[in-house]
Amino acid sequence: MAYSNKVIEHYENPRNVGAFGTSKEVAARKDIGIGIVGAPECGDVMQLQIKVSEQGIIEDAKFKCFGCGSAIASSSLATEWIKGKTVDEALTIRNTQIVEELSLPPVKIHCSVLAEDSIRSAIEDWKKKSGASPASQSPMPVTQHA
Amino acid sequence: MISSNSPTSNSPIYLDHAATTRCDPKVVDAMLPYFTEMFGNAGSRNHQFGWQAEDGIEIAREHAAKLIGAQAKEVIFTSGSTESNNLAIKGAAEIYARAAAGQTGRGHIITAAHEHKAVLDPIRRLMREGFDATFIQPPADGVITAEMVKAALRPDTILVSIMWANNELGTINEVPQIGRLCHEKEVIFHTDATQWVGKMPTNVEADQIDLLSWSGHKMYGPKGVGGLYVRRRKPRVRLEALQDGGGQERGMRSGTQNVSGIVGFGKACELCFNEMESEGKRLLAMRDRLETELKKRIEVTVVNGHPTKRLPNISNISFGFVEGESLMMGVREIACSSGSACTSASLEPSYVLKSLGIGDDLAHSSLRLSLGRWTTEAEIDSAIVMIETAVNHLRRLSPLYDLHKEGVDLSKIVWQAH
Repeated sequence: MAYSNKVIEHYENPRNVGAFGTSKEVAARKDIGIGIVGAPECGDVMQLQIKVSEQGIIEDAKFKCFGCGSAIASSSLATEWIKGKTVDEALTIRNTQIVEELSLPPVKIHCSVLAEDSIRSAIEDWKKKSGASPASQSPMPVTQHA
Repeated sequence: MISSNSPTSNSPIYLDHAATTRCDPKVVDAMLPYFTEMFGNAGSRNHQFGWQAEDGIEIAREHAAKLIGAQAKEVIFTSGSTESNNLAIKGAAEIYARAAAGQTGRGHIITAAHEHKAVLDPIRRLMREGFDATFIQPPADGVITAEMVKAALRPDTILVSIMWANNELGTINEVPQIGRLCHEKEVIFHTDATQWVGKMPTNVEADQIDLLSWSGHKMYGPKGVGGLYVRRRKPRVRLEALQDGGGQERGMRSGTQNVSGIVGFGKACELCFNEMESEGKRLLAMRDRLETELKKRIEVTVVNGHPTKRLPNISNISFGFVEGESLMMGVREIACSSGSACTSASLEPSYVLKSLGIGDDLAHSSLRLSLGRWTTEAEIDSAIVMIETAVNHLRRLSPLYDLHKEGVDLSKIVWQAH
C-alpha cells in the first residue's frame, strides 16, 4: 500500500511534536488538557496536550504518537487544525475530514478516529481541570467504536 | 541470456528473502528453452517433444532429491509449499485415519502454535472432519523439542507436523530428534522445511523424515513450483491424492507438469547444493553483525527467538516504543517485513510472536530482516544506519519512550483500549 504524499510529509516533518513538561508537571497545570487514547497492545497510542487560554482558545498543542505512519500524520494534522481554535470549534473536527485531507485508505480510518478521540479527550480533561463552565456547550458527544 | 547479475542499483535494499527470493539468472537461463523449443507435455510418451520435457523433469527430480538426501522417486512436484503441506497433511490423515469419514475419533495430529498458516489451516479443517489436534505452545525461545512432542503424543496419534525452521523467527526445531521419536512410535512425521532446505544440510534418511515440503521461490527458483518428499521405504508412506486426473507424479498430484517451473526448481536445488555451505557462513557473519550493531546502537532492542538455534539469514528484532509499520515507513529504502498489526489485514500483531509470550507492544515493534544470495556488506552497513536513524526519529515522537525515560513501567498502565 502506498502512502499519500501528505502522510509522508507529516511523517517526515511532524508538526508540534512534544509535551509541555514531564507527565507530573503537565498533570498539575490547570491550563493544560491531556488526551491519551489507544493502547500499546493495539499498536497505537496518541497523546495530545492542549494549552488553553482563559477565553477557551487553544493557544498551543503538542502531540506524541506511537503508531503507524497514518496515525502519526493524523495526530500531527490534528495539532495544526486545533491551534488557534476555541475548544468548541475544535470539537467540531470530524475524523472524516482527516481521512479526506490525508487520503487515508479504509484500513487506516481508525487512525483518524483516534485523532478525533484525542482532541475530545484533551478538551474534556482541560474542562475538568480548569472547571470551565460548560454553559455555552452542548453535552459532550459520545463516540463509540468497535 | 540474462546478462544482469545483480538487481538495479537504485532499487531498495532487499532484506525480505524469507518472503521470497530473486530468481537466480542461471535458473532463468535453464528454464527459458522449456517455454519455446522444448515445450512438450511430459506425458506425451511417443514423440521427441514429450521426451525432452520428461528428461528435463527427471533431471530436476535428481537435483531436488540430492539436495535433501532422498531417492529421485521419492520427490513429487507441486505448486509450492502450501500445496505440499496440504497434500502431506490431508493426504496422510485420510490414509492413516483410525475411523471412516463422517465419524469422530479419526486420529490425533500434533503440530505447534507458531507453524505457518499453510500447516495450521489444513489441520483445523481436519479437526472439523473428525480428527483431533494438539497445538504445542512454544517456549519463549521458539524452539520445539522432541520432549515437547513426546509429551503431546497419544496412543491415537497418527501424524506429527513440525516445521524445520520458523518463517518469522528463523528458529530451528529439533527435527532429527523429533523424526527419531516418531519412527520409534510409528507415527508419520511431516516437516514444512520451506525456510530450511537450500540453506542448511538436509538428509531425510539421517533425519528420519517421512514427508517434507519445500518451495522453489524461497531458494532462488521460480514461484509456483515446489516439492514434496514422500518416503518410499521404512516406512512406505502413502497419501490420498487431493487432485484427481491424469495420474501424474505417482498419482499423488494429477495435472500436466509445470515443466519449465520444475526445470527451474531443479536448477535452483543444484545451485543451493553447491553454494549453501559457503553462503551460509557469509550470511551468518552479516546477520550477526547486523544484530550486534543494532543492539549496540539502540537501547531496548530485542532479538526474538533462540539466540543461536536460528537460520543464518533471518533476524527478527523488536525495537521498543516504536511501531513496526511506521518503522518500515522510516526505512523505505529497505524492503523488509514487520510483525506489526498494521501490516496484516486482521489488525492483530503476529501470532507467531504472540505465541512466544512476547508482549503485544514488542510484537508491534518488530522487523523481520532476512538476507540472501545478493545481500552485500555495504547493504548491511546502510541498513544499520537507516534503522538507527528511523528508530531515533520515531522515539522522539513516542509517548511510550517518554514514559520509559521517566521510569514508568508500561505494563502497569491501564490503557484506554480502543
